[in-house]
Amino acid sequence: MSIGLALRDQRAELSTFRSRLLVAGLVALAAFGVLVARFVWLQVVQRAHYHTLAEANRISVVPVVPNRGLILDRNGEVLAANYSAYTLEVTPSKVGDVERAIDELAQVIEVSPRDRRRFRRLQEESRNFESLPIRTRLTEEEVARFAVSRYRFPGFEIKARLFRSYPHGDIASHAVGYIGRINEADVRRIEAAGLATNYKGTDHIGKLGIEGAYEKELHGTTGSEQVEIDAGGRAIRSLSRAEPQSGNNLVVTLDVKLQRVAEEAFQDFRGALVALDPATGDVLALVSRPGYDPNLFVDGIDPANWDALNNSPDKPLNNRALRGQYPPGSTIKPFMALAALTYGKRTPEQTISDPGHWMLPGVSRPFRDWKPGGHGVVNLHKSIVVSCDTYYYGLANDLGVDAIQRFMTQFGFGSRTGVDIDGELPGLQPSTDWKWQRFRQKWYAGDTISVGIGQGYWLATPMQLAVATATLANGGTPVHPRLVRAVQDARTQQVRELPVRLGDKLAIKPEHVELVKAAMVDVTRPGGTAVRAAQGAPYLVGGKTGTAQVIGMKAGEKYDEKRVKERHRDHALFIAYAPADAPRIALALLVENGGHGGSTAAPIAREVLDYYLLGKRPERKLPLVAEEAEGD
Amino acid sequence: MISRLFDVISRRIDGPLMVALVLALALGLTVVYSASGGASVDRVLGQARNIAIAAAALWVVANIPPQALMRLAVPIYAAGLALLVAVALFGEVRNGARRWLNLGFTTLQPSEIMKISVPLMLAWYFHRHQEGITLRDYAVAAILLALPVGLVVRQPDLGTALLIFASGFFVIFLAGLSWKVIAGAAVAGLASLPFLWGMLHDYQRRRVLTLLDPAEDPLGAGYHIIQSTIAIGSGGVLGKGWLNGTQAQLDFVPERSTDFILAVFGEEFGLAGNLLLIVLYTLIIARGLMIAANASTTFARLTAGAVTLTFFTYAFVNMGMVSGILPVVGVPLPLVSYGGTALLSMLAGFGILMSISTHKQLVSS
Repeated sequence: MSIGLALRDQRAELSTFRSRLLVAGLVALAAFGVLVARFVWLQVVQRAHYHTLAEANRISVVPVVPNRGLILDRNGEVLAANYSAYTLEVTPSKVGDVERAIDELAQVIEVSPRDRRRFRRLQEESRNFESLPIRTRLTEEEVARFAVSRYRFPGFEIKARLFRSYPHGDIASHAVGYIGRINEADVRRIEAAGLATNYKGTDHIGKLGIEGAYEKELHGTTGSEQVEIDAGGRAIRSLSRAEPQSGNNLVVTLDVKLQRVAEEAFQDFRGALVALDPATGDVLALVSRPGYDPNLFVDGIDPANWDALNNSPDKPLNNRALRGQYPPGSTIKPFMALAALTYGKRTPEQTISDPGHWMLPGVSRPFRDWKPGGHGVVNLHKSIVVSCDTYYYGLANDLGVDAIQRFMTQFGFGSRTGVDIDGELPGLQPSTDWKWQRFRQKWYAGDTISVGIGQGYWLATPMQLAVATATLANGGTPVHPRLVRAVQDARTQQVRELPVRLGDKLAIKPEHVELVKAAMVDVTRPGGTAVRAAQGAPYLVGGKTGTAQVIGMKAGEKYDEKRVKERHRDHALFIAYAPADAPRIALALLVENGGHGGSTAAPIAREVLDYYLLGKRPERKLPLVAEEAEGD
Repeated sequence: MISRLFDVISRRIDGPLMVALVLALALGLTVVYSASGGASVDRVLGQARNIAIAAAALWVVANIPPQALMRLAVPIYAAGLALLVAVALFGEVRNGARRWLNLGFTTLQPSEIMKISVPLMLAWYFHRHQEGITLRDYAVAAILLALPVGLVVRQPDLGTALLIFASGFFVIFLAGLSWKVIAGAAVAGLASLPFLWGMLHDYQRRRVLTLLDPAEDPLGAGYHIIQSTIAIGSGGVLGKGWLNGTQAQLDFVPERSTDFILAVFGEEFGLAGNLLLIVLYTLIIARGLMIAANASTTFARLTAGAVTLTFFTYAFVNMGMVSGILPVVGVPLPLVSYGGTALLSMLAGFGILMSISTHKQLVSS
């Protein structure tokens, strides 16, 4: 190969190389051109679109939960308050093995078995991405200890939250109710009401009692905060904030001191008491014993406590004042007497001779008076004072069940009283129509006789009895009981009184009312069935005892209290108002398995009346016993 | 005295290329600072140390004459290949990939060596057969290329394999492989795509699919691309300003100081910044191609051309993937991304370019 040829070859090779280099350079230039076009597309043409996306990435609107309104009693005593505390919360979806993470956590701060059970229960009830409390009410020291090792616990977070507390515990628990964590049924209700936006960030909602019924006033308006967040969702800084509007405070009609006196008067008995202001229908005390500690429900109740409450034979969760339906017994005799006078079936002077039983014409079975041998000659006044059954057997037969039903309905029997919390039951005021609708059965004359002494089909709640008593006490104006008297605006602090709602005055004659009330006053005097209700009191009390049978008795069988078990003993009932000439308080109460009204129920009423009218705290005395007493 | 020292230091340095490199590296440091949150200089100092080491390597390589480099081509290639085999046998597994060799005192990523040694080796081979390059020579070159590429693909490290392949392919292309063969190979490559698809790992397939429709999996594989395009797009023409990129500073951009650093840069400096970067890259590539065109031996020409075009491949693949027009493969943004290994091989490559550009007058054919 000659040098010339080699040179030519080299020149050819060089020119090939350079042309290839040129091609490569042009390709590179074209590729960069594509990139430039791409950048122009992204950064000029589509810039607004991507700007929006970037803002949406970094800005998160966080709801700011309002403070829940307080619940105050009529004297400003706090029944439901808020306090701020640290909770340790975990979002299960951010943690692989929650159980193991909690085990590890337990080495840093205390996690009790109760906390774990409660947490497990919460976990079952909620969705995985919700933040759930594992520990509440952390001390400063615990917060510090967690903070040091927080890197070990992704998905766990310390949060400062407002908690609800009920400083009086089980006192008034059935009236105040409680709040609990929002569950799926609550979510559906909130969404149906169009309140989903206002409940963003809210974990708790009123479940029962005043907390439940006045949720709208108490909750307030949720605010919002625009927060810059990073990719992990952590807030970096606040951009803007719309303050929340706290919930309104509620002033309730209860006097918590009176409430406590009333609850404690029951000692260990189960039962219910409702005390009303007869002029307004304001509920002065609402007792259902046993109560429960509403504080248990606030952070989610643990299964052990829940089972204890739910399965107890004492049924502490049952609001007996509104939901307990009992035969009213002899407490309805004053109303029966009033019906007799109003409908002209009896005159005050008319007497009967009571042999101790009453025979329904055509029926061989006698209806027995509670007093063997009877009360002798009985007029209307005496029939109330000694609680003569025979008088009312005949009266009921003369009135007929439908007239009784028509008259009693005016006093609120047989329908809900409309008290301003939920869950009330309507009781039962029987009639021929009702029996036909319910059982497709004819009403028998014998059915009416039992109704005449508040037994048979007749059922009433303690609240209904209290309303009827208040209506009688004020001379015949039906009252609508209410627990909340006023709303205090959270912003202006102005108190807005809620209107008192009264029914139309009933068509009953004042002189008839006076006759009945005079007899009720004698009930609490020597010779009456409830002497213990007013003995030595500086005011006059109008009252009436009653007994509600728990098990049915065969005719002619002597009922022996000692023989039946405690649970089968009669319920004791008592209605009262005082002072008799100008009533300021009317009440109805029931002591389950308390025996006779005069012996167990009347002393409870007395403690309530003394405290309300005289400010006198009851002295400690012998425990209540369901003793057998002469009287009904 | 000082002027002599300066002369020793700068004698083998190509001025225009060095200026462009320094500008790009300085730009890189400012973005690394921003990408590390702007709160600490640790990362910047770390990257400065990486640059210092890589610059030293550049200087050393630049002072090695091309003939000496040519003599080193075969041993380096052989050693690199042996190390790759060693990786395949005893390598350390990290993040599901076997890429590292634990030497006891340090870990080594031999695939990085191949980015330099493959073009050197192929250029050496064509230089040896420059009198008459036949199809058989191309076939030998193809095998020399396929061995390391195959080993690296198996690690698996698609990004590095792609760059090694590119560096070797550029040598073959510049050596004059006929267009017909290139076209044939391209057709064959396209035809074998379904087969290659079957060989890909799940995550690699997902990356390709994600490129086609990132919205399909916005929180999974598509997240990287979606967030980086949002960052770049929201930067607009002039950008949000240094340290002010919300996407970058609030952590929405993943891998923001390494592979996805362009998203930070594009968000904070906008289209203007991106154009500046492309201009710098274009200058570097243009200078590299000039050095290649003027080189005096076949070895020098092919090596210089391949090194330059490989640099282009780095830049294009990275910017393409971060802006959402190429699938995500682990390729850093050259001279800007945080990291020492790639920078070291890259600046060593530029050292070769400078050696070629400053030694050519001494070379006789």
